[in-house]
Amino acid sequence: MAARKSLLVGLAGQQNAGKSTIFNLLTGANQHIANYPGVTVDKKSGAYRDAQGRVEVVDLPGTYSLTSFSLEERVARDFLLGEKPDVVINVVDASQLKRSLYLTFQLMEMGLPVVLACNMMDIAESTGQKVDVKRLESSLGVTVVPMVGRKGHGKADLQKAVRQAAEAKASGPKNLIAYEELEPHIGMLEKKLAEHTNLAITAPPRWLAVKLLEGDEEAFRILDATHPDAVNLRQMVQTMIQSFEEGTNHSPADHIVICRDRLAARMVKACLTREKENGVSISEKVDRVVLNRVLAPFVLVLSVYLIYEISIVQGYKLTEYTWPVLAWLREAVSSLLPPPELLEDSLLRSLVLWMVDSANTLLNYVPIFFILFMLIAVLEDSGYMARIAFILDRIFHSFGLHGQSTLPFILGGVFAGGCAVPGVMATKGIPDERSRLATILTVPYMNCLAKAPLYILLINIYFAADKSWALFFISTITIIMALIIAKVLTYFVLRGKETAPFVMEMPAYHTPTVKGVLQRAYERTWQYIKKVGTIVVAVSVCVFILLQFPGIPDESMLNYTGRMEKSMADFRVKAAKAGGEAYQKYWEGENLEKLLLLYDGYRAAKMAAGTGASSVDGEYQAAYPELYPLIARSKDKAAKKITGLLRNLSKTRKTIRREIRGEKIETSFFGRVGRALEPVTQFAGFDWKVNIALISSFAARESSVATLGALFQEKADEGATLESRMEAEGKSGGRTPLGALAIIIFFALYPPCLATTIMVKVQTASYKWMFFSIIFPTVLGLVTASAVYTLGGALGLSGVEAMKVFYVLALALAAGLAFIPDPLMKHPQPTYVEQT
Amino acid sequence: MFWNRRRNNCQNVEAGAAPCLGPGMLNGCDCALSGVVKGCRCRIRRHHAHGAVRQRLLDMGFVPNAEVEVMRVATLGDPMEVKVGDSFITLRKHEADQIEIVNN
Ligand SMILES: Nc1nc2c(ncn2[C@@H]2O[C@H](COP(=O)(O)OP(=O)(O)OP(=O)(O)O)[C@@H](O)[C@H]2O)c(=O)[nH]1
Ligand SMILES: [Mg+2]
Repeated sequence: MAARKSLLVGLAGQQNAGKSTIFNLLTGANQHIANYPGVTVDKKSGAYRDAQGRVEVVDLPGTYSLTSFSLEERVARDFLLGEKPDVVINVVDASQLKRSLYLTFQLMEMGLPVVLACNMMDIAESTGQKVDVKRLESSLGVTVVPMVGRKGHGKADLQKAVRQAAEAKASGPKNLIAYEELEPHIGMLEKKLAEHTNLAITAPPRWLAVKLLEGDEEAFRILDATHPDAVNLRQMVQTMIQSFEEGTNHSPADHIVICRDRLAARMVKACLTREKENGVSISEKVDRVVLNRVLAPFVLVLSVYLIYEISIVQGYKLTEYTWPVLAWLREAVSSLLPPPELLEDSLLRSLVLWMVDSANTLLNYVPIFFILFMLIAVLEDSGYMARIAFILDRIFHSFGLHGQSTLPFILGGVFAGGCAVPGVMATKGIPDERSRLATILTVPYMNCLAKAPLYILLINIYFAADKSWALFFISTITIIMALIIAKVLTYFVLRGKETAPFVMEMPAYHTPTVKGVLQRAYERTWQYIKKVGTIVVAVSVCVFILLQFPGIPDESMLNYTGRMEKSMADFRVKAAKAGGEAYQKYWEGENLEKLLLLYDGYRAAKMAAGTGASSVDGEYQAAYPELYPLIARSKDKAAKKITGLLRNLSKTRKTIRREIRGEKIETSFFGRVGRALEPVTQFAGFDWKVNIALISSFAARESSVATLGALFQEKADEGATLESRMEAEGKSGGRTPLGALAIIIFFALYPPCLATTIMVKVQTASYKWMFFSIIFPTVLGLVTASAVYTLGGALGLSGVEAMKVFYVLALALAAGLAFIPDPLMKHPQPTYVEQT
Repeated sequence: MFWNRRRNNCQNVEAGAAPCLGPGMLNGCDCALSGVVKGCRCRIRRHHAHGAVRQRLLDMGFVPNAEVEVMRVATLGDPMEVKVGDSFITLRKHEADQIEIVNN
């Protein structure tokens, strides 16, 4: 056989036919799969090897046909025309055979060697449709491979068929369809077009002739670009279209569709047998309940509630088991570092511990996210997401959004597990330009994964008693705010952008596979961990440096060391009085410092060990037999007194260390920025620490909690969680649930993170929208948070009360806005041109 | 006469067996899909939409002569779900307004 040959293969098919599933099956990639039409919006390539060599596979967006009306169809068509793949795998949904064939005909008309992957045979079977593969093969004249992509059935056959099709390539385009009355026109045009060879290279003449008669703009562009006599030909096409319309009462475009439909119907009749005629499918039975006019909203609310309850509330309980692991990790790292100093630790020690603390705070949430990701995968795979779009379209529509905004919003994190980057990317599938922009600008308000840690943190500290309610508040208020903002933007900023309708297929329900769900959850969790390990740690280093320098002035430091020395001198005097002459040598000179550090180390180890504290005792007793009576409770009276003195000295040390750290941070570069912002943020109740945390989260949202975790260092050494640390300090610092609410609201409206703003730039192709997406939310968030904090304080509302009031107000505002008519609807739509 | 106004004729018809479009509409009436009651079947006569919408509807199987059945409307009355061929399609009333149907 011929030398090894590498192939280029395109995966084309209608939306939700399973192209990405087959792509993943062939290449082992992890392309996003969901039971929702229009998930893949851009092409993506991967490769596999077979006996003859490498095969590059390109996953294309789903297209119902190959016109130039929509973006995804253009992407697919440009690939098919421009890159001339050796083989096109046409993935069809066997349970929708007739409609799928429209596209198959068009692909064959383009002269591409097609292999038909007849996917979802399992569904076809369960709905009582039996496909006669052999017969279909002979009517179409291409290889047909029956497949169940999700279970991996048919992979080898498909690979074999691809090779065969590539070898048989030379056969050229097949004229499968006769367009009846249109044929003479097509024939004439085709001949004209074929005269110019350079055009024939770009596109097969017959295909182009059909497209021109369809009135396809892209086809005219190809004509203009490649044909020297384009102007005359254009004229000719126009005349043909007109005369055809006059003769037959419909346009050539409709005629073409009708011819395709007829042929498809004929083939289906020949190749498909229905066992139970018109039996009600399972999906339909489910929908009778789930989409019941009265029940639908309740089912929706219930599923949202369940997702929160299972993942966040129950998942949080799991973190009680995982936190000790992380605390142990920190302990292990810290034992490798240079030991702590009396007052100021070495830079290396504090930097590394800072990094570990930042990462730990976020890794603590891994169990929650894993559960959440599993549930989202179930939601995506089951097909319920399309139902959500159906239920919500009317609401979305009155706010200038679109039923198709559902996917971007869910990816962006309606369920707190999203990320705005894929969310903004998924807006590509929205045909409506105005809704698309409104969606791009509002997706970042969703509760992305990275926002969740801060919410969970604040809720656990300040709203622990009303956890479920607070979670409900956060998850729904973000949507309400997004709707309000979308409406406002639609009305003022996006006026005059184009709109488009909502026409979507409702996919059949699938039972999610355990493997698929676990795999997706694992992948996304791993991505999260990687992000924490890279970006977040990098940001934490920057924040650390900005918080450490320029450092505190020398006089200040002298003052602190003076105080410490004085306390140590006091200790020596008192210890001598206590009558522990036998121990005297342990607090002479340098030795006292060692003793003190040993004591603190012992206390920290005991705290961290929790229930296993007795083993710590054993270890210390074995390692420091003479010193042990001094640091632990001992029976010896003098030793007991000295332990008490040590405890006091240790307290002094901690106080001084805290003061040093406080002063250092407050006078640091970042601290100054945080302080400088206080005059503005005070109305929202943010102090400089919160300011710093919020600023650092611009690069990556997770950093807010990481920074807070590092700012509230107290007791970190003893392995206390950030919750208890912040709670302890917050109580002394006068932070209230109302203040926490203001932070939550600001954070909900916070501008998109760096990565998302870049995505906004990509998707809107404009810096203007990118800057808008940063500045508008900042101002809005600050104003809203200030209003809540200041007014709530003035009215003496508690956190939960303010939350309820704010919720009701926002809901009322949204409801009011819904009734403001669409600015576009004011101008009467052009009256319909009757087609006779 | 406005297309939208004609639609109203079809609306106040009882759901139930075959004639969903009311008496007097049986022969070649021009009614819009949006006016068809849940559970009724009828046939597509022609489209009044243009451009992308028209193309999308045709691609999804809303071709002349195809049989359609209205499965349900959403809680808030819009969009509606329609069965055409083997597929279930949701579309807004606004688009359904532009699909002209005849009684089956
Ligand atoms: N029952 C069944 N489900 C399948 C099969 N193949 C794929 N699926 C499911 O069908 C859904 C759609 O699959 P995708 O691979 O995302 O479809 P796609 O063609 O890439 O869709 P778009 O990118 O939206 O155009 C997913 O929920 C898959 O799990 C199959 O053979 N049988
Ligand atoms: Mg896909």
